[in-house]
Amino acid sequence: MSLLEVKRVSKHFGGLAAVSSVSFGIERGEIMGLIGPNGAGKTTLFNVVNGFYAPTKGEVLFKDQRVSGLKPHRICRLGVARTFQVVKPLQRMSVLDNVIASAFLRARNKGEAEDTAREVMQFTGLSDDSRVISKGLPLGKRKRLEIARALATRPDLLLLDESFAGLNPAELDESIGIIRKIKEKGITIMIIEHHMRVIMSLSDRIVVLNYGEKIAEGTPREIGSNPLVIEAYLGEAQRA
Amino acid sequence: MKKYVTYIVLGLLALLPLLGLNSYVMHILILVIMWSVIGMSWNLLSGYCGQVSFGHAAFFGTGAYTAGMLYNKLGISGWWGFPASVFVVAVCALGIGYICLRLRGPYFALATLSMGVIFRIVAENLVNVTGGDLGIMIRERTWIDKTWYFYIILAVAASSFFLVRKVIGSKLGYYFVAIREDQDAAESLGIDTTLYKTIALILSAVITGFAGVFYTNYMGYIDPKVVFALHDISIIAIMVVMVGGVATFWGPVVGAIIMVLLAEMIRSIPKLGTAHHTLFGILLIVIIIYLPNGIVGDFPKIKRLLRIGGVPR
Repeated sequence: MSLLEVKRVSKHFGGLAAVSSVSFGIERGEIMGLIGPNGAGKTTLFNVVNGFYAPTKGEVLFKDQRVSGLKPHRICRLGVARTFQVVKPLQRMSVLDNVIASAFLRARNKGEAEDTAREVMQFTGLSDDSRVISKGLPLGKRKRLEIARALATRPDLLLLDESFAGLNPAELDESIGIIRKIKEKGITIMIIEHHMRVIMSLSDRIVVLNYGEKIAEGTPREIGSNPLVIEAYLGEAQRA
Repeated sequence: MKKYVTYIVLGLLALLPLLGLNSYVMHILILVIMWSVIGMSWNLLSGYCGQVSFGHAAFFGTGAYTAGMLYNKLGISGWWGFPASVFVVAVCALGIGYICLRLRGPYFALATLSMGVIFRIVAENLVNVTGGDLGIMIRERTWIDKTWYFYIILAVAASSFFLVRKVIGSKLGYYFVAIREDQDAAESLGIDTTLYKTIALILSAVITGFAGVFYTNYMGYIDPKVVFALHDISIIAIMVVMVGGVATFWGPVVGAIIMVLLAEMIRSIPKLGTAHHTLFGILLIVIIIYLPNGIVGDFPKIKRLLRIGGVPR
């Protein structure tokens, strides 16, 4: 039984099929990479899984329960947390308050929420910034704040939407370390990423989207040698 | 020391009537406190939760008419309006919320603005129920003296102040601010944004309704044009908080003092007095440009400006 099952999911915007008939499953404890050229429908797929969009066709099952059509907050309560490609910190709140706000989902009182928040911030290396107003945080840390906030909801499945984009090499290594630690805690991860080095080294399996369709699925090694993928994605990247 | 500021202010206010102030000064004090109640309630919904309402007159008027009609139709004291208005205003807020809270930002603001106007027009035209434009007159005033009115509105204000502070320090407060800062992020963090916006709206509406109930009992006369007024209630509620300081505990109090005193002063200026709304408009523009966080929110900035002005270079 898969933790998350995406079954023949399509999402249309007017006449445009952003995602068409995509199916795959994610097993407990694995890191699933989702790659594809710009506009391939990766974020749209995240938005369907997370509940911002209801799929036009198909369904999403989480822990064998149908979640497509539920609101995002319900899906989050069931155990799916996400980060945003364009970071959305609660700007005029301190970093600590940001994380407390999401920790309240599973906490019975403020003390408990604060404990969770501090633990998660320690885990993501944000402890020194707890009093900083998140508006003033540099991009690298804002991306990590997104991860910290998502973790504070105690998810079973974590959706990371380009959490590595725009990071410098040092921050990149730090974030890779954090993702590995999250996996060790037994949290399943689905990750959208353009950084080939990151995705190839982190993922257990990879799904490749192109023009909204799944064109390949397999281990990083299989994906790296798949001619379709090379043509659609890697080939393009190498030429650039 | 700072912890006790609230109690000290409250204590001093409670002593004021003992000074034997004249009836006009007492009236101004009562208005200031009433407006800080309205400001606090508007601040809860619009300042903390970010849902900017242009229609708080709907709740003020509903509270006022609840009290007025209890007296007029049932022949009981208008003060019963306090318990009764909780139910009546909450139901109205629920209806308004159902319609307006699915809209965001300026669309929500416009929808609430129209709600305020709709409530006024309904109150004007349901002549059998509300008495229409004739309004409602409370013929037996409870007290001639203003002292007890002062203590009653002071009690309402103190309760509202502590309630708002309690709410903002709790999970609700975190959720309200999260919704204000980014509704999509809040939703994906497991916050039921529709539910918590509705809670903010109902809390805010009920507190404003209390101010309305008090107004009826205090003034002894209400009509739809006054208690459902867009310019005199809804907009002034916004101005009180904008001038004092959005999303601050003391902002509505400071704003109420300034707005009530300003209104009294401007009205007494010959010729210019009738244009007080125009002057309020200009004041609002100045505040938004120079003190976008209001007097309380931008207090450090004001202190800095005054110091630079005071020290010769």
